Amino acid sequence: MTAVTPSRSLSNGLFAGRPMAAGPELIGEHTARLGPLPGPEATRDLIPALELSGLLGRGGAGFPVGRKWRSIAERSDGRAVVLANGAEGEPLSAKDRAVMTLRPHAVLDGVLLAARVVGADEAILYIGAEHRAARRSLATALAERPLPLTVRIVDAPDRYVAGEESAAVHFVNDGDARPTNVPPRPYERGVGGRPTLVQNVESLAYAGLIARRGSDWFRAASQAGPAGLGMVTLAGVAHPGAREIEMGAPLGEIVGPSGARQETTQAVLIGGYFGRWATAAEAWDLALDPAAMRRAGLAFGCGVVSVLGTDECGLEMTGRILGYLAEQSAAQCGPCVFGLRAIADAAGRLAGRSGTPDDLARIERWGGQLAGRGACRHPDGAAGLLQSSFKIFGEEWQRHARSRTCSFAGQPARAA
Amino acid sequence: MTTTARAIGARPVAELRIDRTACDGYGLCAELLPELIELDDWGYPIVRDAAVPDELLGLARRAVEACPVLALRVRSRAGG
Repeated sequence: MTAVTPSRSLSNGLFAGRPMAAGPELIGEHTARLGPLPGPEATRDLIPALELSGLLGRGGAGFPVGRKWRSIAERSDGRAVVLANGAEGEPLSAKDRAVMTLRPHAVLDGVLLAARVVGADEAILYIGAEHRAARRSLATALAERPLPLTVRIVDAPDRYVAGEESAAVHFVNDGDARPTNVPPRPYERGVGGRPTLVQNVESLAYAGLIARRGSDWFRAASQAGPAGLGMVTLAGVAHPGAREIEMGAPLGEIVGPSGARQETTQAVLIGGYFGRWATAAEAWDLALDPAAMRRAGLAFGCGVVSVLGTDECGLEMTGRILGYLAEQSAAQCGPCVFGLRAIADAAGRLAGRSGTPDDLARIERWGGQLAGRGACRHPDGAAGLLQSSFKIFGEEWQRHARSRTCSFAGQPARAA
Repeated sequence: MTTTARAIGARPVAELRIDRTACDGYGLCAELLPELIELDDWGYPIVRDAAVPDELLGLARRAVEACPVLALRVRSRAGG
């Protein structure tokens, strides 16, 4: 787990005002800084504003927020549900906890605005059960302000897949945090069979800023490209933790102040456990902008940037992550139960220098068969990570398989 | 859909869908429909092409009926 560390805040972002190290922003500070929650008049056009703002969901999938709100508003009949997703099961990510813990009123603003705009009469804060400070902070914040609708907190199980949107709805409905076969999707039929907006807490907090300042402000707040502001979590650096950034900033400029240098970086894992590896040379000038990253064959995902040093073995980390993902499978679909498990076992053997060339040939074949074969995207995420490791650490995979040696043997792993 | 569109294959009529949580890897679908479905090393289906051409529709419907856990469906694609 990475910790929240203090850093210089952007003057216009979620983390302007009270320093990150100084704890949760209180309602008085929040209102003094941002003004009161905009009224119905001011938010009549919030859905088009969100569409124009270009805000993409920050839970990992990057679905456009405005379009999602619109699809629920069209179906809601005033009976929709807003589910604020703060499960944050991704082990390398800490940014949702930072937002929930330190800016609880910004999250609640987003929840209340979403409820009003999509037509919801119930809201659920779905918070990872292990994120106790975040839960405490949001519970306190709920008691500090008037609420026009029922808002309840639901503890999300501490499992990787519990934050997947159909799993979240499944858990609220039936106490089972496993993804369901979709369709119907939550926006069609979710909590209690009602249209449900499942939205990451960071996305909700930015929606609250856009409601006050407009879409033009958000788009112009990026360093390059139109993606506005965003949260990242840095790992494998001297000072890990959550940061708010101007989107479009080059990756090197974001990790540099936290202690990473290109000369001592071998590769960067971008997007967390469902992410992709990139070489240090590819990564350093890469703009942290979803569109630019997609063009480079990468994805912003949930904003995790994890640095691998020149003295560390990328296979070791890849094998460990695959082992974790296999263990965290919801165990509902054959390709995940058997295929992902077998891949993780063989990758673990190869990483540990006890694998064979046959192991490598098999995981290359199996890795190409996983995508699209689960009820959720769990196998797809694992396959993407594995395949990017072949691209970035290809020679090292060969070396481990053929000679059972490691270029970095004896070096302790540093990253999470 | 126009006859021309169908003739050039622009809009497939039907597509295969597998409920992955229901599928238990019996493998009958791949036996009946090897043109579209193969099995992985554990006997679970890999759909090579979800679009079912007209000439395979009959076999596809038989595969749907043969699945012991009702995990296979043939679904009309919207507008198809």
